[in-house]
Amino acid sequence: MTLAQARPGQLLRISQIPDPVVRAQATRFGINEGADVECFEVVPRGPIILRKRRQEIAVGRRLAEKIGIELHKGQVRI
Amino acid sequence: MSHCHVDKIVDVPTGSRQIVLAGNPNVGKSVVFHELTGVYADVSNYPGTTVELFHGRFGDDVVIDTPGIYGVSSFNEEEVVARDVIIDADLIINVVDAVHLDRDLFLTLQLIDMGKPVVVALNMMDEVERAGQKINISRLKEMLGVPVIPIVAVEKRGLAELKNSLSQAAQGIPTELGIPQAAAASETELSRAAQLLILEGDEDVAARYRQQPASYRDHIYGKRRERVNAIIDDAVEDTQSRAGSQLLSRLMVKPLTGIPLLGLTLFLMYQVVGVFIAGNVVDLLEGTVMGEYYEPLMRSLIGRFAAENSVIYEILAGEFGILTMTITYLVGLLLPLVMGFYLFLSILEDSGYMPRIATLVDRVLTKFGLNGRAVIPMILGLGCVTMATITTRILGSRRERIIATMLLALAIPCSAQLGVITGMLGAVGGWYFALYILVIFVTLVVIGTVLNRLLPGQSTDLLIDLPTLRLPRPVNVLRKTVNKTKMFVFEAGPLFFLGALIISVMKVTGLLEAVQSFLYPLTVGWLELPRQASTAFIMGIVRRDFGAAGLYDMALTPEQTLVSLITITLFVPCIASMIVVFKERNWKEGLAILVSCFAIAFTVGGLVAKIL
Repeated sequence: MTLAQARPGQLLRISQIPDPVVRAQATRFGINEGADVECFEVVPRGPIILRKRRQEIAVGRRLAEKIGIELHKGQVRI
Repeated sequence: MSHCHVDKIVDVPTGSRQIVLAGNPNVGKSVVFHELTGVYADVSNYPGTTVELFHGRFGDDVVIDTPGIYGVSSFNEEEVVARDVIIDADLIINVVDAVHLDRDLFLTLQLIDMGKPVVVALNMMDEVERAGQKINISRLKEMLGVPVIPIVAVEKRGLAELKNSLSQAAQGIPTELGIPQAAAASETELSRAAQLLILEGDEDVAARYRQQPASYRDHIYGKRRERVNAIIDDAVEDTQSRAGSQLLSRLMVKPLTGIPLLGLTLFLMYQVVGVFIAGNVVDLLEGTVMGEYYEPLMRSLIGRFAAENSVIYEILAGEFGILTMTITYLVGLLLPLVMGFYLFLSILEDSGYMPRIATLVDRVLTKFGLNGRAVIPMILGLGCVTMATITTRILGSRRERIIATMLLALAIPCSAQLGVITGMLGAVGGWYFALYILVIFVTLVVIGTVLNRLLPGQSTDLLIDLPTLRLPRPVNVLRKTVNKTKMFVFEAGPLFFLGALIISVMKVTGLLEAVQSFLYPLTVGWLELPRQASTAFIMGIVRRDFGAAGLYDMALTPEQTLVSLITITLFVPCIASMIVVFKERNWKEGLAILVSCFAIAFTVGGLVAKIL
């Protein structure tokens, strides 16, 4: 599934960021491929806000549609 | 972007070190900078950019403050400037936000990997405990291999220790990158900093040293990210769960609450800038100080050596005189308004609200091929379109810069004009006011949507960090406001003089009158306005408020008032903005933008006239 489908409160793992520049910028923010993050908030038809530790990152919807994620079922430390 | 050695901009005497402050945006770098250098700091624009570079002295050394960045490379203008300054640095003070080590340490490690002597200033230590965290500073220091000094910059705590620690700045422990030796040590001539950036695929730096950029960025960034995570796991302890005050952050980005909050903010801005500054302050400055004292004085001074009907007099002190009208416009009207806008912008930035506004409006702006970040030039445009057009440089692609420039030139009325427009429409009734807003808004939406469809290429997407919400410190807000206003005066000021000069020359040569008579048929036949209205349109090019004010004196019906105000709003911006449009874009794009504004203004104005 893609990040655009995430719901607030869900814990997820970033599985794929196709664009190299976006991948580099996301890595700096700590939302690299393989990172575990929380979906903090979703603006309806707008950006998705991720949270990792104390960091909040807003990701535009079109970009979120290109970012692959996996949902976590159990407990995980973010 | 061409390379420009820092020592060409900042004079670094031989024998003195170049100390560079580096850090993420909004971590308190400028506060540390001012503590080190005292009040005597210079600011200069990095050539070809809007990026300001502050420099001052600390003892025998030169200190340079760099723009806030999340990493060193060339993804945007700020990074390019910071990168060039950092490559030449002798010592780096890396200011980090102690509450956001997860984000900030990435840059710290990159600086260490570049082989520069680094001191880490761990700022905002007072917030760490409140955020429910505990940082093991000695462990952090051990893992990084550089001095780590806890400070609270705004309260001047830890700054003496920071100054003392500069002598212990160390190269630190580089990240184990695991890159084949052959690739890593290709050119011993190169500095470690340049080598690293080439390995990370920085094309600018590679080209500068006639090298091929390598493709290890993903690999290196991945290793560095792993190391940041390991350091945080080891040195930072969460003493309480992340409850905190996340509520406000949520309320700001959720449309149901975010839109009213934004509305309230804009209303406050309107009360302060639109009512108080545009009314009281401008009346006093423009009307009394400039109009009654300064201008008559100037005219009599110039009248002493130039006859009143001479060309020289006309250009210096005539209707659009450089020393009369232009100075009055700049000092009496624009300066207070621009300052008011920058005051709000600084508060919005320092509090952390700005990126949340960008997140909230992203959904709307993507329809026009922009992203949420474009809200900054759009809000600034309500202050001064000239200054806002310069700010379009922060946008991520050429496509976005063209769209934003066009929308600013076309449909955003600047504060100089807004005052007159609201006054005139208020007098003819609320319905006309609503119609005016509707027509301008629809034009904005239609043109934005069409541009997004027509222009080739792709716009960049929103990807921004939402910093912790903080109460802004008045001193920092004021300092920022003053600096930004200074930049406006230096960047845009000369253009207003140039604009006035062009108009004056057009007037003395009779060109202005020719343009006016060219507009007569359009004005009378198509817009159904009196002949003199075309004079007002031309005046609108000199100063947007002049145009609208020129309509005041004509006996217009309410319908004519509406049509003329719509046309004059959409009509080409003032001459200073036009010059900026040409400067920022190229003459082809600039011409296309201005000609379309002109065509759209008369089409829309005419349609409204025919319908009513």
